[in-house]
Amino acid sequence: MPWGEFKDTAAERRLFQSRAMVMLTFVVLLIGGLLARMYQLQVIEHDVYTTLSDKNRVQVQSVPPPRGLVYDRNHTLLAENRPVFSVTLVPERVDEMAQTLSQLGGILDVSEEDLERFQRRLQEPRRPFQEIPLRYDLNEQEMARLAVHRHELPGVEVTAELVRYYPHSELTAHALGFVSRINRDELQRIDPVNYAGTNYIGKSGIERFYEDLLHGQVGYQHVETNARGRTLRVLERENPVPGEDLQLHLDLRLQKRAHELLDGRRGAIVAIEPATGGILALASVPGFDANKFVTGISVNDYRELSESRDKPLFNRALRGQYPPGSTMKPMLAIAALDSGATTRDYTIWDPGYFRLNDSGRRYRDWKRGGHGWVDLMDAMAESCDVYFYEIAVKMGVDTMYSYLSRFGFGEDAALDVSGALSGLLPSREWKRAMRSESWYPGDSVNLGIGQGFMLATPLQLATATSLIANRGTWAEPRLLKEIEGDTPVTDYLPDGTHEPLKLKNPGDWEFVVETMAEVMHGRRGTARRVGSDAPYRMAGKTGTAQVFSLAEDEEYDAEEIRERLRDHALFVGFAPVENPKIAVSVIVENGGGGSSTAAPVARALFDAWLLEFPANDDGALVGSVKAGGDG
Amino acid sequence: MALNDFVDSTAANPLGRPRGIWSALHLDPILLFLLLILVSGGLFVLYSGADRNIEVVKAQGIRLGVAFVVMLVFAQLDPSVFRRWAPWLYGAGIAALLAVLLVGVGAKGAQRWLSIPGLPRFQPSELMKLVVPMMAAWYLSRHYLPPRFRHVIIGLAIVLVPMMMIIQQPDLGTSLLVGMAGIFVVFFAGISWKLITAFVALVSVSAPMMWFFVMRDYQKQRVLTLLDPQSDPLGAGWNIIQSKTAIGSGGIEGKGWLQGTQSHLEFLPESHTDFIVAVLAEEFGFIGMMALMAVYFLIILRCLYIAVTAQDSFSRLLAGALTMTFFIYIFVNVGMVSGLLPVVGVPLPLISYGGTSGVTLMAAFGVLMSIHTHRRMISA
Repeated sequence: MPWGEFKDTAAERRLFQSRAMVMLTFVVLLIGGLLARMYQLQVIEHDVYTTLSDKNRVQVQSVPPPRGLVYDRNHTLLAENRPVFSVTLVPERVDEMAQTLSQLGGILDVSEEDLERFQRRLQEPRRPFQEIPLRYDLNEQEMARLAVHRHELPGVEVTAELVRYYPHSELTAHALGFVSRINRDELQRIDPVNYAGTNYIGKSGIERFYEDLLHGQVGYQHVETNARGRTLRVLERENPVPGEDLQLHLDLRLQKRAHELLDGRRGAIVAIEPATGGILALASVPGFDANKFVTGISVNDYRELSESRDKPLFNRALRGQYPPGSTMKPMLAIAALDSGATTRDYTIWDPGYFRLNDSGRRYRDWKRGGHGWVDLMDAMAESCDVYFYEIAVKMGVDTMYSYLSRFGFGEDAALDVSGALSGLLPSREWKRAMRSESWYPGDSVNLGIGQGFMLATPLQLATATSLIANRGTWAEPRLLKEIEGDTPVTDYLPDGTHEPLKLKNPGDWEFVVETMAEVMHGRRGTARRVGSDAPYRMAGKTGTAQVFSLAEDEEYDAEEIRERLRDHALFVGFAPVENPKIAVSVIVENGGGGSSTAAPVARALFDAWLLEFPANDDGALVGSVKAGGDG
Repeated sequence: MALNDFVDSTAANPLGRPRGIWSALHLDPILLFLLLILVSGGLFVLYSGADRNIEVVKAQGIRLGVAFVVMLVFAQLDPSVFRRWAPWLYGAGIAALLAVLLVGVGAKGAQRWLSIPGLPRFQPSELMKLVVPMMAAWYLSRHYLPPRFRHVIIGLAIVLVPMMMIIQQPDLGTSLLVGMAGIFVVFFAGISWKLITAFVALVSVSAPMMWFFVMRDYQKQRVLTLLDPQSDPLGAGWNIIQSKTAIGSGGIEGKGWLQGTQSHLEFLPESHTDFIVAVLAEEFGFIGMMALMAVYFLIILRCLYIAVTAQDSFSRLLAGALTMTFFIYIFVNVGMVSGLLPVVGVPLPLISYGGTSGVTLMAAFGVLMSIHTHRRMISA
């Protein structure tokens, strides 16, 4: 008999039936519960989850605008954008992170900093399958090696972005400035919306000053992405507005020539077109390769640059503050004539020194024996110090200050040159405030030859020279010539920030210009060797700035002094005299004498601009310029 | 048997009508029909959940075909075979579980598989879903029902021993199903409500102990995540948030077949395995969910009917327990995917891709069909 059969009683069956009913009730209740949950999610909270689902699926991506390009006055490209490749990792797809990183280290040059930054990003909260950059700016060899090993490295990807590139690197680094990665401080001040897709920002120069124009307006696209963040299709797109392309007054040929002329030395050249104030060349030598800074310079490269004795990162043209020396004499001559401290005929006897009173200290002339009888014309041509000592004392500090400040000294008169320093134009008030001393007549004596407290940058000297070339009409120095497109330059460059310098006798301008021409062409002019044989007339003034001061009667020989302690050689000038097309200031650090070192540099620039470069009025270019130099 | 005839036209037939082909095959056509509806609908959902990968659907089709054959084989066996073999199978199962713990293979820190040379790799814990209720039913049906306290304790021990061994693997989902299968036997056997109340009280007290002594960190994490998925939206909470989003965004009518963005854009994890019901809910909406639940409910209803009409206690207890295990699959899976229960690795029965659970489930349905089609005339 089968087991269990005899005890298969009705009672057991009824018991089971009742339990089955309980279970059925249990099932009905729980299925009802599940359906209630579904009702809650799918009907009651449907809108909430639809939004969540769309938020998952549809992403708003910012599309960074391409940065505006920068051209020189002849439409030569100075700053462009090129694709740069970076290697990124998707941690979710990397099998063994430590091993992948070490393998990548063997293929690419991955620095400690790169690793540190990567590990930090790895710890931060992020979406699954979001890429984390490891190394920027892969070179071609690295790209090739990575391509070979790519299949062994799941989760390693290469991404491209447009990055600034300066094709003329060292030539333009100081004139243009450069862009680099946005740092934490900048993050605070930029518009987070407009910079949502931007990684780079102008750090100096034109790139910084015209950041707003060059950057453009960010665009957006709504894209459908999968959970790995991979874009599947674009649903909607608002294109970015590219940054404006800028054309500068700068002439790359002249800029290049300026660099060549200073090659192997330390110094600066600023060349200005007097009629427009346009900066034709802005050279600080040695320069540096700004491209290194764009994607992040290595610590070693940076140390090399920053610790170099030649200070390549230092923008001498804008920030080098030098005692201007005798290059101040044309401006002081204007001041003296207009204030009545001297006349065109006023003549003095120069014994080789100047004394405030009979028993006072001797202020020496650069020429030991003195210049003998000199009038203003002679004093300029021969750079007679004693003449200027005397008229400086006659004028006094207040008069000198008021005139010199009209020439742009003691201020940053440039319109769009970022980072330019103001030099130092001393005054009675300045000395009391800074030194707690009153102004002594001896201070005026020193100021008379651009020494003492006075400091000026090459840009300021060129600006003041340009004002003389313009016979008192201001054209503030500027780099921007044209904004390609509809935006007028005047929206960005203010007009008439300086009143013209009007003299009681406007003929004094012509007289002082003639004295400067005498420097170049006169029988006794300090730069007569430089000015000879020129098919045009030029005006100029040499200068020599002492790097260290000499005691009253001390003799010194430039040859004996270590090179770094030699005088700075300076020159300011413009050409042609009658219709100036170019005004320059030249400083050669430790170059010795202005007439022997700096003046030939200026002559070479004049020749290049006026004779050599054809059609630098860019007449050939489609109607972009109204006024330019003529060959 | 009037009601009997109304519901079931193929089984015991007191009027002596010739038994049809279904009886000859020992199949229950109603249950078979419902299962075929479920499985074929499930393949459509799987095609979408696997992101239109037809290979996945083919593999699943083959697997289900095998499972139907297994069901057919089990249906041919007389229930007394299961009863006679229950103790031996149980003993072999315990030995296999022991072997798994000692020499088992597996992945992701869990040791679930037994690899015996010459045999396909298999999961002993999966077999225990059938064997444990058989054993419990065998033991309890030897005595008068309702069982005495002593028998209840031994019955529970029969359940708890393999359950604890499976927890050790660790495999919470399977141990839960095995344990439930056994406990349902005890319940169907007629354990008194007093005892049930006492056990429930005991479990409530021991739950905190489980938390501290039995549960692994990842299991605790799942519970914590259930309570607050937003606490870790990109980690453990990701699955729950994404599956709730898939379900909720489906609305009443759904986004349409193959149109689910959550699954096709890979936001929904495990979209063709444990979380496949979210695909169905997203693409077919609340209507689709009601249809799925209706099919499941009809299957359970039919199985409970088979249990109630079974002729001996062993068959009744076994049929009832297997039915309720099937329901627990559904409840735990849907509850987990909709964020009511912690994430436990339980597939949606007969729809989720892969696993041996499909074979086990179809074997269970084979047992039910066997019970139903081997009844004797005398019971009328």
